[in-house]
Amino acid sequence: MATTEVERRRGQLAALSIAAVVIIVGVPLWWRTTETYRAWLPVSQIKELAKLQLQLSADVEVVFARGTVTPEQQKKVPLTQTQEEERAIDEDTALRYRYETRYRTATIMEEDALNQPSAAEADLSLHTLSESPCGSLVVYVIPESSSLLPEDVNVYIGQRRTALLRIGPQMRVGKTLEQLLAHLEPRIKQVLQVMSFSHNDITAALSDRVRFSPDNKESIADSMRAFKSSPGYEITFSLLNPDPKSHRLHWDIEGAVQTYIQPLLTKLSPVANFSIDSQTLYYTMLGVNPRFDTSRSAYTLNADSLAHVINPVEARLGSNAASSNPVLNFLLYVPDAQHSPLYIQGRKKQEVPSNAFHSPRWGGIMVYNVNGFYGSEPEFPVDINIDMAKVMGVFLAQLRLLLGVQSSTPPPGFLVARCGSTGLADWELDRLMWSRSVENVATATTTITSLAQLLDQIGNIVINDNIAQQVSSAVTSLQLAVAELEAGNLGFALQYSKEAILASEKAFFDPSLLHLLYFPDDQKFAIYIPLFLPMCVPILLSLLKIVSEARQRRREKQAKKD
Amino acid sequence: KQNAAAQKQAEPAVLQPTPQPKDDFQEELVVRPLHSGDIYASFQFRTLWETDFMRGNKVSHYRLFPKSLGQVISKFSVRELHISFTQGYWRTMQWGQPYLPSPPGAELWVWFQDSVTDVDATWKELTNVLSGIFCASLNFIDSTNTVQPSASFKPLGIGNVTDHRFLRYATLPREIVCTENLTPWKKLLPCGSKAGLAVLLKSEKLFHSSFHSQAVHIRPVCQDWQCKTTSWELRQTLNVVFDLHNSGQGKREWSLFKMFSRTLTEACPLASSSKIYIDITDNPEQFELSPATSLLSQAMVLGDRRTFSVYDLTQQDTFGSVRSLNLLIRWKSTEGDMLRPLLHAERYVAGYGLQTGEIHTLMYNHHPYRSFPVLLLDSVPWYLRLYIHTLTVTSKGKDNKPSYIHYQPSKDRVRPHLLEMLVQLPPNSVTEVTVQFERALLKWTEYTPDPNHGFYVGSSVISSLVPSTVAMDTNSTRERPLFSSFFPCKEESSYFVRVYTEPLLVNLPTPDFSMPYNVICLTCTVVAVGYGSLYNLLTRSFQIEEPSPGLAKRIANVIRKMRGVPPL
Repeated sequence: MATTEVERRRGQLAALSIAAVVIIVGVPLWWRTTETYRAWLPVSQIKELAKLQLQLSADVEVVFARGTVTPEQQKKVPLTQTQEEERAIDEDTALRYRYETRYRTATIMEEDALNQPSAAEADLSLHTLSESPCGSLVVYVIPESSSLLPEDVNVYIGQRRTALLRIGPQMRVGKTLEQLLAHLEPRIKQVLQVMSFSHNDITAALSDRVRFSPDNKESIADSMRAFKSSPGYEITFSLLNPDPKSHRLHWDIEGAVQTYIQPLLTKLSPVANFSIDSQTLYYTMLGVNPRFDTSRSAYTLNADSLAHVINPVEARLGSNAASSNPVLNFLLYVPDAQHSPLYIQGRKKQEVPSNAFHSPRWGGIMVYNVNGFYGSEPEFPVDINIDMAKVMGVFLAQLRLLLGVQSSTPPPGFLVARCGSTGLADWELDRLMWSRSVENVATATTTITSLAQLLDQIGNIVINDNIAQQVSSAVTSLQLAVAELEAGNLGFALQYSKEAILASEKAFFDPSLLHLLYFPDDQKFAIYIPLFLPMCVPILLSLLKIVSEARQRRREKQAKKD
Repeated sequence: KQNAAAQKQAEPAVLQPTPQPKDDFQEELVVRPLHSGDIYASFQFRTLWETDFMRGNKVSHYRLFPKSLGQVISKFSVRELHISFTQGYWRTMQWGQPYLPSPPGAELWVWFQDSVTDVDATWKELTNVLSGIFCASLNFIDSTNTVQPSASFKPLGIGNVTDHRFLRYATLPREIVCTENLTPWKKLLPCGSKAGLAVLLKSEKLFHSSFHSQAVHIRPVCQDWQCKTTSWELRQTLNVVFDLHNSGQGKREWSLFKMFSRTLTEACPLASSSKIYIDITDNPEQFELSPATSLLSQAMVLGDRRTFSVYDLTQQDTFGSVRSLNLLIRWKSTEGDMLRPLLHAERYVAGYGLQTGEIHTLMYNHHPYRSFPVLLLDSVPWYLRLYIHTLTVTSKGKDNKPSYIHYQPSKDRVRPHLLEMLVQLPPNSVTEVTVQFERALLKWTEYTPDPNHGFYVGSSVISSLVPSTVAMDTNSTRERPLFSSFFPCKEESSYFVRVYTEPLLVNLPTPDFSMPYNVICLTCTVVAVGYGSLYNLLTRSFQIEEPSPGLAKRIANVIRKMRGVPPL
């Protein structure tokens, strides 16, 4: 009897040890070998970024010229003054604007500069005196009697980062300093909104994160027109010659780009990289047949039909083989001899003076009529030299629009200096940089948060180290960008936000994320069941048996004790 | 010829004050009636551009040269690019040599500039971009089908960089060519398919043919005699062979309309020259051409002196009164013999079973008395493991030792075999190159879709300088004065030919693809059965059971019990 007991004991021990081996060695081994590799992601920091608290800080220097404040007031002028304004966009996004105003009186040299005969000259000489850093403004307050500005102009915005502000007539000497500052404050704010950022611009830039409320349609239209922020753009000029049999076209695009486009792009180089190329396409037709207008003996294209013009041309334009940046297309269309001249007609049947139109986030088209070159008895083909100044003027305006350099109408009483040879004033660049930084931050945060969400939801996705690294660097750059915005360092903010966007896109579109994405559970079970079922059932059964026997024995012991 | 071209360029410059463009476009169609009754049409479009893509020079303003290709050249620092897409196999023995040979499927070879540091990465990126431009599966080119030939592919343009580290060559023999490849190819032409010879390129006719090949060749060439400046040449070619029975309805009568279902009405206005050549050498009296042309041109083509009738599309009177040109070629008799091509090659796989096999390459030298060397290039994928010690080269039953062998063994899943050798072909002989191979087992994810179709092995490439037929002609005194004809003139004595063999289709051991699951089930069952019995043995307790008494004993015991006697 004892031997059977020993045997039973041995059997139980064997069952237990097999179960132990399975649990201690087998299960971890299976777990380790079938695990998908998931590198660590900074989830908590990403969650923090999902709640975006953006603070934009702008520095304004207000300089009082002689004759605006009395010497006693001068001593009482506060050194700095900070204003904050908080706006909640939606539950996850909040904006805070911080204007730091510094007050001082003009130096002697600045006084001299302000005594120049015209505002433009004053602007130039003020610029040579001191250059204000990117993102900051200098407002010179000049007395009402100053002859710098014309009668009906109160504010002059120069080509750089300076503005001249004339005190209103009600602020004659004798008012208190508080009254003066109170009078200036709303007007300085107005200047700021024109020269650095307005709430509308910023909300438009946040369009990636925030759904629009329908009340600001205007800025939606503006933001829809401009290209999305991108680290680089390809600009392609195409000359469309549908009729090479009649027209032999010559355009000096190389020279024109050098003279007209390149200065603007050099100025814009902090915002993005640009590359320019051009091509000539023959036998390209517009998608619509222009209608003959007998009253003008010319062909016309209606504004309604312009939408159909682009598609057939687009097929010929070709995409850029060498990069994946967005392409801005500018087409110069020379109508064929049979359909010439061709005019674009606005919605109200009026002629469009530039004979050009643009398509939001795509580019612009200009129709260039060449009837003037025919002479009295044209002999085809006619050699035509295209007047590039005329063409580039139109394209430059379109380029400014498409890049988001807004030329929104200034409030009444403002005079904006004509932009010089560069085609872009310093403050316009600042304005663009503000909205681009905010837009980049918004886009990068949405990309990163949605990536984190996706990875969280689908456990099958392998997260490689390089993705984790990209995500981390995107998060770091984002935090830096937000911090720099807060500190008012516009240049760095833009730089970091660009880095953030690059890293986040790279992580989001990494092909390695797709490898194991579609590995369905039923297949996994189909593979596991033939092995696991026959192995686990006996182990489980014997374990159950051992447990029940042990229980039985304990009950017997209990009974014996009793 | 170069002089004539230069003159042509100079003429308009005198007439017009506008700046002379630095690019030039020419188009050409050569029609060669073949002896089989088929017809061979070869289009060539050439864009020459006086510019410099070398050394990171930024070129961004395009006129006739297509922008997409220009960007590719400058971005990837390409020195030379040759790409071809071919549907069908060129039958050398029936049709003679093509003007531009190409292997079935897609072929791409590129010389990079020596400024490229990471050639492999650039090559990978370039193939991806080209695959986008030409709508082809060139993105399947990777290290497993790319080789660096050491001798077979030399640069065709100027420049004497011959370091083959900057060369990449790959073929995709399985690539199927169709309309979606033709459309982007036509888009690269300045006139598109709207004017000039390109109006003939209608895909429904072009792909209804025995052979179709389209190619793009880009190379730097000399601008002038002294080669002071370089130009870039883009040559787009399209070769097509129309079948006598399929497209010609069995009649030996061809016209442009019958071939392309279009006639010509104008030259491309951007082209400086636009010509049609009809090869009338073989039998000038055997077929008639209408409309007739008085323009004749002679040229040395593939070692042979050929005569062509020329139609110049830039002349208005070519089109006649109907303002449309529909060339008609009608055979009068079917006699006449084709000159046998001097070099010709075949290839096949021998052997049985799915374990080993043997690749046979046959190279024919049909020259009656001259032997010449050929360069054979073989690129075999890694899953055919070549036994290079079994390599034999025999001609006329005797061992023929190659004078140069370059062999790069394969690495599994990394690179293919590359075998290049220089073999002397004796006159009027067949040279056979055999090499045995073993078929590798692939991982189940490495099989292509439809693996039972077999795996393609790209064509062998045979490059050679072949003695020309003109030099072979013993009656050459007829055309030349006696004093000039004793020694063969070097230029005409041999010509370059590249011959592609058939691609091979090899069956690999192909598993049943539900196999992994079956294997899992089977092994699991076996493991479970073994494990179950082992488990039982280990955990059950065994005890000796008293054997039960036999039936007789039991009956006896019952009886003894009844009798009251103690049981047994």
